[in-house]
Amino acid sequence: MSSKLLEIKGISKSFPGVKALKDVSIDLSHGEILGLCGENGAGKSTMMKLLTGIYKADEGGEILVEGKIVDVNNPREAQDLGINIIHQEFNLVPDLTVAQNIYLGREPKKLRRLFIDDRALYAQTKELLDRLQINIDPRAYVGKLLVAGQQLVEIAKALSFDSRILVMDEPTATLTDSEVQTLFTLVRNFVTDKTGVIYISHRMDEIKDLTDRVSVLRDGAYVGTVDTARTPIREVIAMMVGREITSDLRPELREHKTQTVLEVRGLSTLSLLKDVNFDLQEGEILGFAGLIGAGRTEVARALVGADHKSAGVIKMHGEEVSISNPADAMAAGLGYLSEDRKRYGLLLDQDVSANLSLSSLKRFSNSAGLVNKRAIAKAAEEQVAGLRIRTPSIRQAAQNLSGGNQQKVVIGRWLTRDCDVLIFDEPTRGIDVGAKEEIYDLLNELAKRGKSIIMISSELPEVLRMSHRVVVMSEGRITGILTAGEATQESVMHLATLSRVKPLGDRVEPGMSDNEEARPTGINGDEEAGAK
Amino acid sequence: MTATTVSTEKPAGGGLKLRIKGQLQQSLAFTALIVIVIFFSFASPNFLTFSNFTAILFSTVVIGTLAIGVTFVIITAGIDLSLGTGMSLCAVMSGVFIVNWHMPLFAGVLLAILFGGLIGFINGFNVAILKIPPFIATLAMMLVAEGLALVISQSTPIYFDKVPAFSAISTGNLISGVKFPNAVLILIAVAIIAGVILNKSVLGRYTYSIGSNEEATALSGVNVRKWLIVVYTFGGLFIGLAGVLISARLGSAQPALGSGYELQAIAAVVIGGTSLFGGKGTILGTMIGALIMSVLTNGLQVISVPQEWQNVVLGVVILAAVYTDNIRRKGTKA
Repeated sequence: MSSKLLEIKGISKSFPGVKALKDVSIDLSHGEILGLCGENGAGKSTMMKLLTGIYKADEGGEILVEGKIVDVNNPREAQDLGINIIHQEFNLVPDLTVAQNIYLGREPKKLRRLFIDDRALYAQTKELLDRLQINIDPRAYVGKLLVAGQQLVEIAKALSFDSRILVMDEPTATLTDSEVQTLFTLVRNFVTDKTGVIYISHRMDEIKDLTDRVSVLRDGAYVGTVDTARTPIREVIAMMVGREITSDLRPELREHKTQTVLEVRGLSTLSLLKDVNFDLQEGEILGFAGLIGAGRTEVARALVGADHKSAGVIKMHGEEVSISNPADAMAAGLGYLSEDRKRYGLLLDQDVSANLSLSSLKRFSNSAGLVNKRAIAKAAEEQVAGLRIRTPSIRQAAQNLSGGNQQKVVIGRWLTRDCDVLIFDEPTRGIDVGAKEEIYDLLNELAKRGKSIIMISSELPEVLRMSHRVVVMSEGRITGILTAGEATQESVMHLATLSRVKPLGDRVEPGMSDNEEARPTGINGDEEAGAK
Repeated sequence: MTATTVSTEKPAGGGLKLRIKGQLQQSLAFTALIVIVIFFSFASPNFLTFSNFTAILFSTVVIGTLAIGVTFVIITAGIDLSLGTGMSLCAVMSGVFIVNWHMPLFAGVLLAILFGGLIGFINGFNVAILKIPPFIATLAMMLVAEGLALVISQSTPIYFDKVPAFSAISTGNLISGVKFPNAVLILIAVAIIAGVILNKSVLGRYTYSIGSNEEATALSGVNVRKWLIVVYTFGGLFIGLAGVLISARLGSAQPALGSGYELQAIAAVVIGGTSLFGGKGTILGTMIGALIMSVLTNGLQVISVPQEWQNVVLGVVILAAVYTDNIRRKGTKA
C-alpha cells in the first residue's frame, strides 16, 4: 500500500461573497518538501487554515492522511494527527522563557499536578534544542530574543510535537541569510521517510533551493504542480500570474508636466525600510507594487509620520519638510488613506458630513472654537455631489454606506482638506467591481486636476492599469521603478520576488537601468541593527 | 553535520540594558522606598522608632493583602475594582458567621475567606464567559458588594466583643514578648505563599501567559477561560482574608469602610512594577508598593502634613509610577 502522506482532494472554501478556494487538490509524499506558491490572495493561507482546522471546508472535498479520511476541527486535533503549522505571525508569549513557551499547555507537572516541574521542563527543552542543534538559552525570555531567535523558538515548538506534516507559512520573512540556512538545515533534518513538509514562500530562490516539487495556486484555483529541479523559476512565476488581464486599459496619458512635487531620499525605518528613494510628479499616479510584507504600507506610514523614521529626507515642492506625525503631513499637503478604512479611515457610527469635515474642522469653526454646522453641511453636499457618493443624505451614518461609497467619503475628506499628494493604500480593497471603476475614474480625474497620487495595491492588474510609473518593492527596499510601458505582470513579479542577496546577474529587466540609486546595496551587515 | 549556531539573543549590551530596564521599576520602587524612609527619618525623630515601624507594617496589612490578590488579576491584564467593597462584604459575612450564627471561629473565618473567593469567581465568570470587560464587570460587583454589605448588616457594625479570639487574629502577638502583631506575620506568610504560587505553579504560569499573549496561550491548548476564572477566584480569596483581618483589627465588621481601598491596592500593585497591560509583575514588587503607600501616609502624618495634602502626594506618586510603567513598556517593545 503506497498511500500518500497527505492528500487534499477537491477542497473548496467560500466566505460570504468570495470563493477563496475552488476545488483544489494537492498531495504530499513521504519524505518530500512541497513548495506552495501563489500571489497575494491566491488562497495559500486559506488552504493551510483548512488543514489545521482553523477554517472549516465547504462540503465536497476531503483530506486524507496516510490514506485515511480525517476531519480536523481545531488546531488541537490537527496536532493530534501530527499536522503542525508555523504561522507567518508569531504565536509566542513574550514574557515567558523559551522553554515555557515551547511546552506551554504541556508542562511537566509535580505535586498533584499543581506545580510545574521546572527542572524537567528545562531538561527536556535543552534536549530538544540540542537535538535540533539550535543554540538558544532555554531560560531566555522570548520577548528579549531577536526576531530570528523567536522564529527558531516557533520552529522548535512545532518540532517538539511529534509532527508528521509540518506546514511553514513564509517562515523566512524575518530571517537573515545565515539564519535561513539554519532553518533549511532544520527542515531537511526533519524530513524522513515518515514525514513531509509543505513550504509556503514567495521567495523563488528558496523554493528552488529547498523543495522537491512546487504546487501553484492562482485566484483560489489549482494551477499545477511541477518538479522543482526541472522547471525554471520563470515558468513558475508565469503559472502564478498567468491570469488574463481583464481589461487592456492602460493609464491615461498625461500632458508632460515635469514639476516634481514630492522627493523622498534615503527613507528608512528601524523595522523594515532601507534607503527608499523616489520622486512623485504633479498629476502623476505612482503605483507601488510588491508582495505582502514588502514594505509598501510602511513607506506610506513613514512618509506621513505615522511610524518613526530612522533616516530620510522628504521634500515637498523642492523644500525639505519635517514630518513627525500625521498632522505635520497634513499641514505639508500629504494625505494618507489607510488600507483599513474601517479601522483607520472612518468614524463608522458618525454621519457622512462629520466624516467629510473631520480633517478640516478648523476651517469650519469660528474663533471661539465653535463649529459652523451649516458651512460643514454645505461643503459636505458639494463633496457628495462631486464624488457621486450614493447616500440618502449627509446625515447617514458611514457604516450604512457600501464599501465603494465609504471609500469616496474618505477621499472626500482629503479633498476637503486640499492636499497636493494623496496616498491611497489599497483603494479598492473590499469594493465590488462596478464601484472599483468609479474609484479608478476618480483617481484619474484627481490626477488630471493636478493632484499627485501614490497608489499602493496588491492587485497587479490594478497597478498596471492605473500607474504612470510603478515602484516595485521587496523586503523593505525598492527593487525597481518601471514606466508604464515597461511594466508587465512578469517584470513586476520578478522584481517583487527578488531576495536581497542574490547577485544582480540575471536581472536584465527593463527599467532597472534608470534606477541605479534604488538598487539594494551594502546589504548584509545591517540586519541585526534593523531588528532591534 | 553542520552546527547551526546562530546568534539569537540581542547583543550583550542591548540585552543587559533591557534586563536592567525590566527590573528598573522594581528597583526604582525599592530605591524610592529607601529614599522616603530616609527623608522622614530626618524630618521627624518620631518616625524611625520600633513602635512606628510596627505601626507602618500593621497599616500595610489590609492594602497589602488586597494588593497581593489583585496582582494576579492585573498580570492577566485584568483589573478588580470590587476589592474594597468586596472586603466590606466579607467583613460583614465574618460577623454574620461568627457572631450572628455562632459558628466556631475557625469555620467562620474560613467561610468568610471562601466568600471572597465566591466574589472573585463571579467576577471571573463574568469576564471569561460573559466576556464583560474586567473594568465593567468588577465595577458592577463593587456596587453589588457595597449594597449587599449594608443590606445584610442593616447598616450597623457587627461587634466581636464576645469573641476576643477573633481580634487576636490581627492584634495578638504570636511571638511572645515582642509587640509584633499577628496580622503582619499573616501578611508575610501569604505573601510568600503567593510568591511561590505565582512563580512555580501552573496557575502562576498561565497567569503570566494569558496576560502576555492571550491568543497564543489559547492556541497552545491552554483553556484560557477556565484559568481566568481560577485567577479571579484565587484573587478573591485575598479579599476574604482582608475582610477578616480588618474586622479583627477593629473588633467589628464595618459595612461601609472598604470603598477606596481598591484604588490604594491597585496603586500599590502598579507602583510595584506590575504592568496594567499584563504579563509582568511580582509579589515582591507589590509588597514594596504597598509599603511605599503606607510609609508615605504614615510619614506625612508624623510630620503633620494635613490629610488633604497627603492625598495630593499619593496621587502624584501614582502618576509617577504609571508613567514609569509606560516608559518601561515602550522600552521593551522596541
